[in-house]
Formats: sequence, structure tokens, C-alpha cells
Amino acid sequence: MMLITRESYYAALSERLGHDASKKLSEACIGIAGLGGLGSNAALQLARSGVGKLVIADFDSVDPANVHRQCYPLESVGMMKTDALEREIERVNPWCVVEKHNIRVTPENISVFDHCTIVIEAFDKAEEKIMLAENLRDKMLIMGNGMAGTGPADDIVTKRVGKNLIVCGDGTSDVDKDGSFLSSRVAVCAAKQANAALRIILGLES
Amino acid sequence: MKVTVNGRDTVFEGGTVASLVLSLGFDMTRIAVELNGDVVRRADLDSTEIKDGDKVEVVHFVGGG
Repeated sequence: MMLITRESYYAALSERLGHDASKKLSEACIGIAGLGGLGSNAALQLARSGVGKLVIADFDSVDPANVHRQCYPLESVGMMKTDALEREIERVNPWCVVEKHNIRVTPENISVFDHCTIVIEAFDKAEEKIMLAENLRDKMLIMGNGMAGTGPADDIVTKRVGKNLIVCGDGTSDVDKDGSFLSSRVAVCAAKQANAALRIILGLES
Repeated sequence: MKVTVNGRDTVFEGGTVASLVLSLGFDMTRIAVELNGDVVRRADLDSTEIKDGDKVEVVHFVGGG
């Protein structure tokens, strides 16, 4: 296999995006709160894009049903999601520093995201989403809201709600009413969250 | 007074953020409210007064992630 160094990895990224963008990405630190369908897919896309550091948090382990729509392969079943995601990230960007927290995020331990400028909200429950919005008011928070069921992918939109709040989703499809996700649909939402984060890092969002 | 709620001009008789969102029929347990761009803490919804011209965004959250 061809030897790829950090320098050659970022040189290839610079060729495509420019040196300035590549540098901004390598210096970015983004939090991922919840490592399910949204969080695992968004984190992997950010790592692929050259983001320098990810702070990832989840209390759960990989279940066989997760493989249907989350970024984990079957061989990761039974692993903590933090460990499993770190392994996937290492395969696409081993220079991305991954800080792992095997925790259920609460107001008491939310300081794990202190060094992040952007946090991707990827929780399952509406109440936990709101908890994060109320407790991370000084961070740019990019939330997922409505990606369950089998509706059209184009219903999932990115909306700037406030100075520090962006919400991606269709706003209505609830996992308790509309059933579980299609892998493709949750990945659309995760990709929109990741895209919003990358645009902020690159200075393309005010 | 006139306020803007989720981009729409809305007439409000006056009161707190909580009274405004309740009058609009939102489920208080599943929303986050932004007042002029900043998220209002749940504990402050009852004590934060709405002023004429305020911009309010109410996000109703659903489960799934």
C-alpha cells in the first residue's frame, strides 16, 4: 500500500480546496453529541473533510440493528460506539484527533464540549435535544430535527434559527410516530449538518 | 403589540415568552424558543417579558437521531 503521511494527506486536500481552507479544517474542533444515525455519519464526513479534532460522546454500544443506518460495520457490534467510531475515523483520517467520552450528556458534564466551537446535536430524544440547545448557548449548535420514516429526502432542509443555532430536518417526522429511519434519509440529514459545520469553518456562514 | 413569530407578523396582547408560545398552542415540553437570536432557558420562559417588535423563533422538536 502507498505510504500516506499527514503532509501528503493535507497537501492533497489543499490541492482541491486551497491551502487556507485546508488549514482552517485541520485546526477545527467539533463536538458530536450522540453517535447514532446522525452523529456517526456526520462525524465520519467531517473527519474525511480534514477536520483536525472531534470530541465524540455517547453512552451506548453498537447493536446489530444500528448497522442498517449508522456508519458501523457488523464487526463493530458490541463495541462502545465511541471506540467503534474512532476505528472508522482512523480508516479515513488517522490524523484526526478523536477525544472520546462514554457518557450520557447532561448539563453537569456538558463541559466536555468546552473546546469545540461547533457542536453537532445528534440525540434521539426531543427532550435531550432541547437540553443541549439550552446548555450550549455560546456554541454554534447544529441540530437534527425530523428525519424518521420514509418521506422524501428533499423535505429535509437546513434552517438558520438564531445567531448560534442551525436546525436540519423536515421538522415533523417523529421516530415514535413515523417509525425508524431509512439509512439514506438519516444520512441526508447528517450530511446537511456536516455541510453546515464545514461552511462555518470555511467562513461561508455569518 | 406586534411581534414576529417564526417569520410571521403576530399581534400579541403582551406578557411573557411562556404566555406567547402557550397562546400559539405549542407543546411546552417539546420546544426551544429563541428571542431575538438567543435561546431562552426553560427556567426563564416564565419571567422573560416580550417587547414590541421582538423576533421569536419557536422550534418544535421531534424524536430521532
